[in-house]
Amino acid sequence: MTQLRTSLALDADSPFHVAEHHPENGTMLGFWLYLMSDCLIFAVLFAMYSVLGGNYAAGPAPKDLFDLPLVALNTGFLLLSSITYGFAMLEMARNRKQATLAWLAVTGLFGAAFIFVELYEFAHLIHEGAGPQRSAFLSSFFTLVGTHGLHVSFGIVWLTTLMVQVAQRGLTVENRRRLSCLSLFWHFLDVIWIGVFTYVYLMGVLR
Amino acid sequence: MQERSDLMQALFGRLTLDAIPYHEPILVWTFVAAAALGMALLAYIQKKRAWGTLWNDWFCSIDHKKIGVMYMVLGIVMLLRGFADAMMMRAQQAIAFGDATGYLPPHHYDQIFTAHGVIMIFFVAMPFVTGLMNYVVPLQIGARDVAFPFLNNFSFWMTTAGAVLVMLSLFVGEFATTGWLAYPPLSSIAYSPGVGVDYYIWALQIAGVGTLLSGVNLIVTIVKMRAPGMTLMKMPVFTWTALCTNVLIVAAFPVLTAVLALLSLDRYLGTAFFTNDFGGNAMMYVNLIWIWGHPEVYILILPIFGVFSEVVSTFCGKRLFGYASMVYATVVITILSYLVWLHHFFTMGSGASVNSFFGITTMIISIPTGAKMFNWLFTMYRGRIRFELPMLWTLGFMLTFVVGGMTGVLLAVPPADFVLHNSLFLIAHFHNVIIGGVVFGVFAGINYWFPKVAGFKLDEFWGKVSFWCWLVGFWVAFMPLYVLGLMGVTRRVSHFEDASLQIWFQIAAVCAVLIGLGILAFLVQIFVSIRRRERLRDATGDPWNGRTLEWSTASPPPAYNFAFTPRVHEQDAWFDMKQRGYRRPVAGFVPIHMPKNTAAGIVLAGISLVCGFALIWHIGWLAAASFVGLVAGAIAHTFNYDRDCHIPAEVVTRSEDRRTRQLAATGA
Repeated sequence: MTQLRTSLALDADSPFHVAEHHPENGTMLGFWLYLMSDCLIFAVLFAMYSVLGGNYAAGPAPKDLFDLPLVALNTGFLLLSSITYGFAMLEMARNRKQATLAWLAVTGLFGAAFIFVELYEFAHLIHEGAGPQRSAFLSSFFTLVGTHGLHVSFGIVWLTTLMVQVAQRGLTVENRRRLSCLSLFWHFLDVIWIGVFTYVYLMGVLR
Repeated sequence: MQERSDLMQALFGRLTLDAIPYHEPILVWTFVAAAALGMALLAYIQKKRAWGTLWNDWFCSIDHKKIGVMYMVLGIVMLLRGFADAMMMRAQQAIAFGDATGYLPPHHYDQIFTAHGVIMIFFVAMPFVTGLMNYVVPLQIGARDVAFPFLNNFSFWMTTAGAVLVMLSLFVGEFATTGWLAYPPLSSIAYSPGVGVDYYIWALQIAGVGTLLSGVNLIVTIVKMRAPGMTLMKMPVFTWTALCTNVLIVAAFPVLTAVLALLSLDRYLGTAFFTNDFGGNAMMYVNLIWIWGHPEVYILILPIFGVFSEVVSTFCGKRLFGYASMVYATVVITILSYLVWLHHFFTMGSGASVNSFFGITTMIISIPTGAKMFNWLFTMYRGRIRFELPMLWTLGFMLTFVVGGMTGVLLAVPPADFVLHNSLFLIAHFHNVIIGGVVFGVFAGINYWFPKVAGFKLDEFWGKVSFWCWLVGFWVAFMPLYVLGLMGVTRRVSHFEDASLQIWFQIAAVCAVLIGLGILAFLVQIFVSIRRRERLRDATGDPWNGRTLEWSTASPPPAYNFAFTPRVHEQDAWFDMKQRGYRRPVAGFVPIHMPKNTAAGIVLAGISLVCGFALIWHIGWLAAASFVGLVAGAIAHTFNYDRDCHIPAEVVTRSEDRRTRQLAATGA
């Protein structure tokens, strides 16, 4: 048979094939798509809040509840944590493992401080009788802010895991990719928080 | 009922022995039959000593082809369950007139119509569509696997875990009685205190994770992994429709996840999102669920349009008429599908302006859809049509779907909708498009790609029996529902007073049996084809004289799909290669880099299943433990850095040599 007769020399010029094909890694695109889907979950929660946020059911309104200085402090924690995560990425680019780890730790601490203050705020509200069951406004408030908080908590777990992995294996290709994904995630949560802070807290006390 | 001790309460939550419906003969016999079938299957696997193969080569496989096949098997199994529900409803409605109350109490009947809808959409249509995309897309774009092979396996098992939860509700507890979208306040804890709605919520949430991840996965696959030279406008139409569908999945399923999460907060924590009191708003649920729900129907139908495009072009021996218009039509439908959700509840009372807007956008969608119909017709015009099975299903689709589409346009007129909404006319309409579109398309796809999957064609005789049973069965079973709907009969009713309606229900019931025979003939078709596989064998890998890249490799394709990644110059890349005197490379093979199989997907999905079950029955400790286990398991999985392997060049050479000999034997 003709096919068996010749051993076809494969070179890059073959019109039908490439000798070796290495598609780009799609992790960052995939993770970004996931973030956009997550963004839609927040969009739904924002929509719920904007429709139900005025339904106090004869209960407390934002003006009675929100402690703006506390929330401003919390916003500060989260924004700073984004900056420190940026520093960690810069150190990663310089290939300095210890400095990367240190900035990641600082980021995690800021994140934990944010969660701590948020939990304090929630506990305080519930203690005052303004729990999520009190009115549709409070249901949607707790769900929107709480979902963000859950994301940050999950981010801290992820960050800790990654710190262990970087400590064990160094700044390998896989770990760099993972750090970049978490970076996207972390900054994304920051953006969402800016929306929450503006729309829920600042505009809330104006109402 | 005696008081349960605190210990029992803590250990088992709401779960008691009463949850097992041993006093309901229908369910007991169902259980006996299911158990017998299950035992027979297990015994067969044991006899064949196939446990190792099943676990290592299938359950833990991250090969997109095997996962695709498993999706199809899941779809077929769940189709049988969903169809059994349909038959029970048809039988009940055919006999429950006047003094006769039928054999199903209302509570049971309500569970059946809910389960039927949920199963058919989430666990039949979705697995079928995802299965086809999973199998075909990487092959069509000349890739070796999807972008995230492990996630693909995990997605499949999450979908399966959702299906298992729904099946479990049959024998432990009950299913929702709310209808397939579980509108509050009916689905709230006040009106549905049982576990039914919780089964519904957690089955969909768990399966939803799988669907979302497979959506992300396929988008990245299509965007990043196309063979060199395959620009977007050279992609096969099926890949295009798959891309649009997966964009829809990523943009729609999070809304479902969020709205179901809010419903569960209402049920579990007593929040006030959709309640009648404390400022809740049930219509928010209806809006949000349809913001997911309407794109969902296009998620199902778009890839099916892709299947028909491939089939028409292949079996008419012509390149698809109006490729670019087909692509644009698909993209337009993708966008418009987000602008029509309110037509599902014109009666909400949002006023004439809003209703007009949504009525008009709905009608506009029929334009790109109509353009597709004409493209298929013009492809057939002066084509050399081969009436093989996939083509028969396509023709059946074209006739049936157009009627369903037109009744849809009719329903898009708000005043008409006020008369017809919630009636059997609506039921007839959406079965007309889902059966006539999605189901026929899935059968077209199965008949078309089966030779690629198995290496032999499906038996033609039994395929034709199945086709005609389905086609005639569908038409005669659902036309009476249009008539009844126009007479004002509403859906979800288990007993009627007006005896003059009975004859229509009886006709529908008889022809539902005909559809059942169609399903049976399909199963016989597969069985017979496996028995006669040597006679139906196709050694060429290209049994239909195909046009796209999946036909350029062996049937079944090797694990690595292509020994060398093809270079694409034209639409219909494989047809182009054949035209230009393509010769297969027979030497010079190199090792191929592939991902390794892993059990992580099935294990994590199994833990999710336990977690869902515990949440349904309020078994606190188990829910907490399994949730912690899930997170810990996921983290542990990330510590596994050893995920790849190489298929050695000798193995590639051996399997390619086998194909060379096969081809030589056929004289190709």
